[in-house]
Amino acid sequence: MINIFEVAETNEMIEKENLDVRTITLGISLLDCIDADLKLVNEKIYHKIYHAAKDLVETGEYISAEYGIPIVNKRISVTPVSLVGGAACKTPEDFVSIAHTLDKVAHEVGVNFIGGYSALVSKGMTEADERLIRSIPKALAVTERVCSSVNVGSTRTGINMDAVKLMGEVILQTAEATRDADSLGCAKLVVFCNAPDDNPFMAGAFHGVTEADKVINVGVSGPGVVKTALEKVRGENFEVLCETIKKTAFKVTRVGQLVAKEASKHLQVPFGIVDLSLAPTPAIGDSVADILCEIGLEYAGAPGTTAALALLNDQVKKGGVMASSYVGGLSGAFIPVSEDQGMIDAVSAGALTLEKLEAMTCVCSVGLDMIAVPGDTKATTLSGIIADEMAIGMVNQKTTAVRLIPVIGKGVGETVEFGGLLGYAPIMPVNGFSCDAFVNRGGRIPAPIHSFKN
Amino acid sequence: MKKTIITVVGKDTVGIIARVCTYLADNQINILDISQTIVQGYFNMMMIVDTNLTQKDFGVIVKDLEQLGENIGVIIKCQKEEIFNQMHRI
Repeated sequence: MINIFEVAETNEMIEKENLDVRTITLGISLLDCIDADLKLVNEKIYHKIYHAAKDLVETGEYISAEYGIPIVNKRISVTPVSLVGGAACKTPEDFVSIAHTLDKVAHEVGVNFIGGYSALVSKGMTEADERLIRSIPKALAVTERVCSSVNVGSTRTGINMDAVKLMGEVILQTAEATRDADSLGCAKLVVFCNAPDDNPFMAGAFHGVTEADKVINVGVSGPGVVKTALEKVRGENFEVLCETIKKTAFKVTRVGQLVAKEASKHLQVPFGIVDLSLAPTPAIGDSVADILCEIGLEYAGAPGTTAALALLNDQVKKGGVMASSYVGGLSGAFIPVSEDQGMIDAVSAGALTLEKLEAMTCVCSVGLDMIAVPGDTKATTLSGIIADEMAIGMVNQKTTAVRLIPVIGKGVGETVEFGGLLGYAPIMPVNGFSCDAFVNRGGRIPAPIHSFKN
Repeated sequence: MKKTIITVVGKDTVGIIARVCTYLADNQINILDISQTIVQGYFNMMMIVDTNLTQKDFGVIVKDLEQLGENIGVIIKCQKEEIFNQMHRI
């Protein structure tokens, strides 16, 4: 039987170490909403999402009360809108009307984000894909809760450099369109390589076409729990360090598995996956960078950071896979800058640069995330950064992503405040040497040799 | 049997167990096990109870006990047992 110390440990994790379930994300297929009539598409989308998700928030709160575990976000992901609206949307403006519908239904069912304003263009773009991508700046400016992502490369297909070039421009236009809010629109836009179909985390969540009609995916988090566990093994060797991370990741993931199963039962929607990520927030003690410091670094970004992060990411996965039969999504350590107080401190201290972050993304679960850069950064430079990050994902057969925020009207040394979970960030310098001729070549980068496994 | 874990943490005072037990008895909640310890000077109690017979909604019991805790000056949490089993048992 459970003893008092085990109960106290769990509750301490929840109360003092920020253990929480970061998100219950309900994936909803909109493939059956496709129609050639735009008005009908919007109506079908509204009704499908509303009926599927009307009990989501209430269910999340009920489960939270039953087990005494906070469930921070309840969210929705939908089929990439470029597919759903392809037949009906003849202009980028038409796509924006779907963004309005998604935003409206998100408000009505009470979720704080809805993801899937997306296009999957890793090899080529259809006309609809291109229209959707060109509509992103306006869609993100006129809506509050819609999140957008574009997959521009994969290990199997290579990198669509035309799309990479376009995304550099779209990111800048999105920044410009939301300049009054410190270019906040870019915080809701992710460029992916090897995007997973079942990711529950925003802004990159979408409901892949390989998924069932509806599915529950859960993202857990607990950087504070790992940090506290590691405080007890200071000075011990790597074996002890790794064991401690694994055991902690196991416990954290089990909570996610329980919540996912319960949500699945209550909503009568199949359980998809648990995403066993360490997702930081700006709250003190909820930082991945602090774990790296606890492992032995003065600041995140110091020599040894990539190795420490590789170790952390791997142990989180090893502990987590034991805890759940279905692990998926991004699963690993996130290293966003603005959403992690330890990362912000590292940037402010001069310990962490964009280049070091890029190296870290080779071994972490996602990529260059929530990084504020000067507003006068050129579109081609953004495309160059995206291309670098996509290449890392493509060659290493992993998901990588870029979520950069060129803050219009601000430069290096200034700070930008996004508020809430998105946090704040010092603007980081970008290598100013040109890559125009590279980005402007056009076409595709072929898939790497190790993709030919047939 | 629906096992639920009730924890009480706070400064020790007269009648904590009595008042929690009175609430449980009034609501047909059966106590299966009680353990108690002092951690860092704080009163720490855990009860394993069976909520099978109670007519009250679980969410209401959680709120009632939270309120009772506020009245006594301690923190009372009420959670279904599975979260602890999941976390601490393979």
